[in-house]
Amino acid sequence: MSKYKFLGYRRENGSVAARNHVAIIPVDDLSNSAAEGVASLVSGTLPLPHAYGRLQFGADLELFFDTMIGTGRNPNVAAAVVICIEPKWADKVAEGIAKTGKPVEVFSIEKSGDLKTIEKASRAAKGLVQKVSELQREEIDVADAVISTKCGESDTTSGLGANPTVGKVFERLVAAGGTVMFGETSELTGGEQIVADRMKTPALRKKFMDIFNDYNAMIEAQGSDLLGSQPTQGNIAGGLTTIEEKAMGNIQKIGKLKVDGVLSPAEAPNGKGLHFMDTSSAAAEAVTLFAAGGAIAHLFPTGQGNIIGNPIVPVIKLTANPNTAATMSEHIDVSVEKVLTLEQTLDQAGDALMDMLLRTLSGRLTAAEVLRHKEFVLTKLYRSA
Amino acid sequence: MKPQFLVHDEHDSVGVAVVDIKAGEKISGSCLETSKVISLESKDPVPLGHKVALKDIKEGDDVVKYGVVIGKAKQAIKAGQHVHVHNVKSNRWQNVKI
Repeated sequence: MSKYKFLGYRRENGSVAARNHVAIIPVDDLSNSAAEGVASLVSGTLPLPHAYGRLQFGADLELFFDTMIGTGRNPNVAAAVVICIEPKWADKVAEGIAKTGKPVEVFSIEKSGDLKTIEKASRAAKGLVQKVSELQREEIDVADAVISTKCGESDTTSGLGANPTVGKVFERLVAAGGTVMFGETSELTGGEQIVADRMKTPALRKKFMDIFNDYNAMIEAQGSDLLGSQPTQGNIAGGLTTIEEKAMGNIQKIGKLKVDGVLSPAEAPNGKGLHFMDTSSAAAEAVTLFAAGGAIAHLFPTGQGNIIGNPIVPVIKLTANPNTAATMSEHIDVSVEKVLTLEQTLDQAGDALMDMLLRTLSGRLTAAEVLRHKEFVLTKLYRSA
Repeated sequence: MKPQFLVHDEHDSVGVAVVDIKAGEKISGSCLETSKVISLESKDPVPLGHKVALKDIKEGDDVVKYGVVIGKAKQAIKAGQHVHVHNVKSNRWQNVKI
């Protein structure tokens, strides 16, 4: 038992949650309208519209299903309504979610049309909302939680203050027996050997380096011009000069931890400790994949001020940049700017972030949640057929 | 006294401004690893978050931050000068335009 506790929900399969959503999940772009129709009628539902799900194939289709099913399986989703144009894929997604033991209702639009589907799905959603509204929070050890991190609009203050603060919290979470995830494959460029050296086994090291090299080969094959992409214009404005410098700042988020697992995109960790997930470095894509892998809260350090949120996972923003903390205060949950003036140690900054994490897990809404940031963005590997 | 810049590692050739630095200021900062205090005179304005050279760096020399190489000097850089994309380039992704 660790000293870090929060008030959360315990699910049928033993997983723990910070939120109690009834998700309305369209399996394809065509079903967004019906999903949003249900959400407009039934209070307390959360629609998850997105742009894909038709004519995908191969690895891209597999990742699509892993992401949709993983999103529904996320402990923060208490119950799900799945809507699809045709029944076969609707059932596939619903069955994948239902393996957790949580209530899932499934509807297909063919042979009914949107309006009848919305009526049936709304009746089901109403029952689910009432059912989950009676669930009670209970005291839960942070050892049972899964937390992810990814930074955005980084600058040099990220590497000095906000990212090592996350590193302190990640070290404490792992010491407490918890599970944490990081990713951003391409943004480790320049620091990849340091991450490789942290892998606990040679097999993990090889798996990581294969993923890293594949991602870099893809970038080099595609990108004759990454000017303005890496580092981004925001990074450069903030003083970051090269991808290597950005990577070194980036990996401060894992502190001094060793890596216990290497995950495919959207894959759930199979054990405790620190896990690397192969993700894009685009904020919404990465957080969506971590959520599909089961993260129930996300720590998001920013330098110049990234404002991303996620529909099912509270995204906690922290910054060490005093200008960002002042000019974009409504987006920042924790300011660790005093680290820069040596008035706050990294351990004290870690205390502040851990406190905010436990309060957020217990129900406190993040800035991104209050400001309705619900970026649900699927990672697409290549064009549809 | 509050530092004007911070240095990640004692081997670093650059520090990070934690306030907006003007040209010609006497500035001092400390190393996060060793707490050693370093003082020098700025030769350029260096905005908060941007890097200042702690020593003379020759053209083609490595630029070191966090104790590791983060790029190479495109031109000679004097101690106290602003260090950024105008005088440093990446050693990576050389076949793509950065």
